[in-house]
Amino acid sequence: MGETSNRVSDFDSETQSLAPSTQNLTMMESTSHKRGRLKVYLGFAAGVGKTYQMLEDAHELVRRGVDVGIGYLEPHGRKATIAQALGLELIPRCKMQYRGAVFEEMNMQAILERHPEVCVVDELPHTNVPGCSHLKRWECVLELLDAGIDVMTTMNIQHLESLNDQVRDMTGVRVRETIPDWVMKQADEVVMVDLTPRALLNRLERGVVYPPEKAQRALQNFFKESTLVALREIALRQTAHEVEIRQVTLPESTTEVTATVAEESSTGGSDFGGLTDRILVYITEHPSTAMLIRRGRRVADYVQADCFAIFVHAELDFNALPTAKREAVERHLNFARNLHIETRVLQGQDIAITLLEFARLHNITQLFMVRPQYSPWEGFIGRNLIHRIVRDAHDMQVTIVAERQPVRRE
Amino acid sequence: MQDEQLQHERLKVFLGYASGVGKSFRMLDEGRRRRARGQDVVIGAIQQDLPAELVHLLETIEVIPLKQIGSGAAMDVEAILRRRPQVCLVDGVAFNNPPGSKNLQRWQDVEELLAAGIIVITSLNLQHIEERREAVERITGKHVKETVPERFLYNADEIVIVDVPPELLLERAGQPSTTAHSPAGTPRRLSALREIALLLAAEVVDRQLEDYLLAHGIEPLWGTQERILVCLSRGANAHAMIASGRRNANRFHGELFTVYIRHDQLSEKDESTLQEQLMEAQQVEAHTATLDGYDPVEALMDFARTHRITQIFVGHPSRVRWWDRFLGGPLDRLIRAAEGIDVRVFPH
Repeated sequence: MGETSNRVSDFDSETQSLAPSTQNLTMMESTSHKRGRLKVYLGFAAGVGKTYQMLEDAHELVRRGVDVGIGYLEPHGRKATIAQALGLELIPRCKMQYRGAVFEEMNMQAILERHPEVCVVDELPHTNVPGCSHLKRWECVLELLDAGIDVMTTMNIQHLESLNDQVRDMTGVRVRETIPDWVMKQADEVVMVDLTPRALLNRLERGVVYPPEKAQRALQNFFKESTLVALREIALRQTAHEVEIRQVTLPESTTEVTATVAEESSTGGSDFGGLTDRILVYITEHPSTAMLIRRGRRVADYVQADCFAIFVHAELDFNALPTAKREAVERHLNFARNLHIETRVLQGQDIAITLLEFARLHNITQLFMVRPQYSPWEGFIGRNLIHRIVRDAHDMQVTIVAERQPVRRE
Repeated sequence: MQDEQLQHERLKVFLGYASGVGKSFRMLDEGRRRRARGQDVVIGAIQQDLPAELVHLLETIEVIPLKQIGSGAAMDVEAILRRRPQVCLVDGVAFNNPPGSKNLQRWQDVEELLAAGIIVITSLNLQHIEERREAVERITGKHVKETVPERFLYNADEIVIVDVPPELLLERAGQPSTTAHSPAGTPRRLSALREIALLLAAEVVDRQLEDYLLAHGIEPLWGTQERILVCLSRGANAHAMIASGRRNANRFHGELFTVYIRHDQLSEKDESTLQEQLMEAQQVEAHTATLDGYDPVEALMDFARTHRITQIFVGHPSRVRWWDRFLGGPLDRLIRAAEGIDVRVFPH
């Protein structure tokens, strides 16, 4: 089953060569020492007990003689969590000045010098204060792994990039701090920290999770019971998926039957004979394109397909595009690259023909396009193009991807 | 608030995918915390060979001893009912009662406690769920005699999954003091069990979400689960569409539906092809339906909405004069109507 992992790394290196701007995101430089192991405690909301559970496991490691250091801890003033950290070594943080205020961040230099076997890093999706060596905490974590340090970390399901649209639909909130799915994929272990929504709401009401004022605000969006139930379901399914894709790397079992279970989930099966599915995401300036890219990435990850993205312009020069359009397209191309999707920009008089020629040349099996915007006056964008593509793409699947509907307010 | 909440809940289940994940600990710990918050908690049944580090938890909670029946023992339901606690902890809910007991199985005893208004907190191992037994046995190779019907889980007000990576489980098993039972199997086997348990919990939660949304009059639109609808039509490559639908539903742990929309008279040949296609769909465990509708797009969308469909698979409309009718043709209208639903068009 080594094939899967090979393919992933090939693809990554391809992306890297095509997209120098994202090189800082893929810190895969070969290092002499063993790469650290990453363990993610996944929850569905603040207060379910991720940090508490992580610290409990840290204590268990210390009891077994493992050298553990806390790189960053965010107890949110929760008494039980603070008590749980007692007896564990805290690696001092660094203070950063920003706009006249002082912020405390993880001290990368101190951690690398101290070099514990296992480093505890709370809140993976955190964005660092400007001036830190990395923009995002997850980038710091990748650096620690590269240095051979094992990392235990926490995150909530709503921060996973490919679920961003779904989470907005359920909560009405667009989560800004996200973790690309390929970072999650690097985790050696994902553990679900579960709690029933009702128990969580009780905690919130008892003031365990947030101070009263913040708790009231939280109850307005993320902490509505129906939202919590939905987020929890998604977290359970995501964890099941993470467990499933990691089964192939686990030691073989002796029974034949289990091997079949794992095999079914890891190999074989595309819609085109023995070939792997290859998904092509059609990028435009349309605002729903970010959603389309996320969906393409997610489907590709689930069906273990290759994923590409393409923009086609009829103008002779990309720079001749109207500024607003060019900027939107560039933003989308960049976003795709950050999710490790190989991108291309093509020029062609007839967009449909250029697109389909490219798709055929690259053995694309599935084309992803944004559902056109329909207005009551029939004056909608992209409709003719979509219809021509659907008509002419008789040798591949075309998926017209819709924005899933925003939540109805209760 | 506290009391109001207590009235709502009746049964809470800690679900684990193997022995040693810490179900009993979570159950006892919850009992301890509720006691600290002033609730009246007793233990109705607990496993005899409790791991050493859990014994101290027992000391703080009142235990109602099991009742001897013949050569065996069963939970003393009468004694518990007489004692009338607010909360009763019940371990080993799949346990078979000894011959001569009132109920054959302990989960039936639990139902009696629930009926009497006592909150029950219990722990359950995946392998004891009747409907999952076969799948679990295929992985573990072990036959389990004591089971609980899955509906017991669906009737629970709360279910909590106790999730631990297999690695940790195996490490713990290496330390005899930590747990009484050693888990079955290799990391991969345990991982396969873990996946089943997580998905089962997701199913239960999905059911709860549906109930909640219905009870509050909210139209369930959120795609917490992928639900694929394959639309069969004359000339469509049904085989490819059904196979792809099945594969995608599997990968996303979703549901598969297949419909045929009957909108005009079929020739005998078409009718038999259709029957074959529906049979093929049933063989891959798709829910199948035949829809009658004056307007095929409307019939399809009605079905899609009521079944919370997230993706519709249709065949490429390739008949000759089709393009002429394209503007306003069925596919165009479908894409237009399918707000919030993906439409995937399949080649022939």
